[in-house]
Amino acid sequence: MAVLLLGEVTNGELNRDATAKAVGAVKSLGEVVLLCAGAHAKDAAAQAATIAGVAKVLVAEDARYGHRLAEPTAALILSLAGDYDHIVAPSTTDAKNVMPRVAALLDVMVIPDVSKIVDADTFERPVYAGNAIQVVRSRDAKKVLTIRTASFDAAPDGGSAPVSEAALAEDPGLSSWVADEVAESDRPELTSAGRVVSGGRGVGSKEDFAIIEALADKLGAAVGASRAAVDSGYAPNDWQVGQTGKVVAPELYVAVGISGAIQHLAGMKDSKVIVAINKDEEAPIFQIADYGLVGDLFTTVPELTEKL
Amino acid sequence: MKVLVPVKRVIDYNVKARVRADGSGVDLANVKMSMNPFDEIAVEEAIRLKEKGAASEVVAVSIGVKQAAETLRTALAMGADRAILVVAADDVHQDIEPLAVAKILKAVIDEEQPKLVIAGKQAIDNDMNATGQMLAALLGWGQAAFASKIEIEGEAAKVTREVDGGLQTIEVRLPAIVTADLRLNEPRYASLPNIMKAKKKPLEEKTAADYGVDPAPRLEIVTTREPEGRKAGIKVGSVDELVGKLKEAGVL
Ligand SMILES: Cc1cc2nc3c(=O)[nH]c(=O)nc-3n(C[C@H](O)[C@H](O)[C@H](O)COP(=O)(O)OP(=O)(O)OC[C@H]3O[C@@H](n4cnc5c(N)ncnc54)[C@H](O)[C@@H]3O)c2cc1C
Ligand SMILES: Nc1ncnc2c1ncn2[C@@H]1O[C@H](COP(=O)(O)O)[C@@H](O)[C@H]1O
Repeated sequence: MAVLLLGEVTNGELNRDATAKAVGAVKSLGEVVLLCAGAHAKDAAAQAATIAGVAKVLVAEDARYGHRLAEPTAALILSLAGDYDHIVAPSTTDAKNVMPRVAALLDVMVIPDVSKIVDADTFERPVYAGNAIQVVRSRDAKKVLTIRTASFDAAPDGGSAPVSEAALAEDPGLSSWVADEVAESDRPELTSAGRVVSGGRGVGSKEDFAIIEALADKLGAAVGASRAAVDSGYAPNDWQVGQTGKVVAPELYVAVGISGAIQHLAGMKDSKVIVAINKDEEAPIFQIADYGLVGDLFTTVPELTEKL
Repeated sequence: MKVLVPVKRVIDYNVKARVRADGSGVDLANVKMSMNPFDEIAVEEAIRLKEKGAASEVVAVSIGVKQAAETLRTALAMGADRAILVVAADDVHQDIEPLAVAKILKAVIDEEQPKLVIAGKQAIDNDMNATGQMLAALLGWGQAAFASKIEIEGEAAKVTREVDGGLQTIEVRLPAIVTADLRLNEPRYASLPNIMKAKKKPLEEKTAADYGVDPAPRLEIVTTREPEGRKAGIKVGSVDELVGKLKEAGVL
């Protein structure tokens, strides 16, 4: 039967990479109907219609969906759920907020961070910070999943799905939006970038994070960080890579001044090529790095930036 | 204002999880267990609300095997006032799914009537990141997940949330569920005198059956395996050599 996929829409803009990867992941499960909800969701819906493999786009454009608050968004999905066996979304923070709520309203268990679809009832997902991979089979009538986008290829462009309007669902009115604090950046987005340069506690200060950013800019890379770097205020929270941060799998991942705790590895060890720069030759990051350079980041990183 | 904090007993975050040879799961027998790190943050936040005068009582609840009583003693030693243990399994390898946990918590909440629930964002064993959101749904309450700041303002909580794009601040009407993210606070260590005092604090023991909830899982675990390892790489001697290798590998 059909799949309802919640597109990732922020301020009227479709996150095409995350959404197309989720389409790529679930298209074997049935006809994919993509839902775009937001205050300006029509623009996003028009973009979503061009993802190959999307059969139909539903749009719910209304201010109540503008900030992706969990309660109205879950109510909307619930009102549409009857027609679908699978209800899915890319594993973004928005979806992690909304989808468990949807699942509980349907009295089913949510299946988060699916890294492989075995069949319509059976899914793989990492647990224990990626130290184990679990295969689970759902006994529920409907399956509510979030898709670990780093594990799937994006569906290509070239679709031309029809767009129609979804009936709006009532807003339970339990929460309201106050403010966003979002840094604008010209750099690639972390979870879709082909290259990522991340800094850790070894970088030592917010000012010196400029060394990491300079290397990233030379490489056209996104910037990431360890939890320690974020906790210490060297980098903003949305740069955190790891078990409880973002999961990335770029062609090239450069870890600078990062020791390689399991919680960090959980977010980057599926990268194609991993480079580690660390002054401690015993640092665990070297056990998973393809190329390790033992040295002081304050001399090696500027030298690397210069020589590229 | 009463605050309820659900705390889970999990493998200590410093211990490397080992998959059992028969594929039945991760070995948890004779492994160091601790309070889920996000739940320590949740307990700390509840205690700080009490210290500020915004909360009157902090109740910790854990669901699982009877050994979870130790986790509750830790919450009491940190400063929670009392605890409720809901025994729902007798094998340490039996994890209770977020949906069942949420149903049991809902029943506890129907009795306790807290105005605020602070849960952790994610249990570091099953990595579900679901219980708080599911509980909010079952109660019909508002939710503020992944909190890095909580301010109680009359009948609402103003919560700053860590989201993919940065930070979002929302206001959620009380009663509500908040889930704690890493930057909410730095949890305190329990002092020895407080650990002693915690032994005398009330810890009530219940079972899932007392609340009429069947904790049977909806997700059958077919198998658990080790992830594919990466093959060991090489150390390079200089920046020049690194640049050369990356060109050879075709990533530059
Ligand atoms: C519940 C929980 C969730 C977590 N989630 C995450 C997560 O999502 N992501 C994450 O990253 N972590 C996470 N962590 C934290 C994780 O356990 C580690 O503490 C963290 O990753 C360490 O960060 P780090 O490597 O930057 O710091 P450290 O471990 O302190 O390592 C710093 C490294 O820098 C090196 N160094 C220092 N100076 C220099 C120099 N001049 N030149 C070169 N190298 C230098 C040192 O040799 C060292 O190896 C989590 C922890 C918990 C408990
Ligand atoms: N068995 C449990 N007992 C008490 N609280 C739990 C339990 N399982 C989950 N929780 C709470 O829900 C949060 C999120 O867990 P999870 O949804 O399993 O990732 C945890 O941080 C706890 O606050």
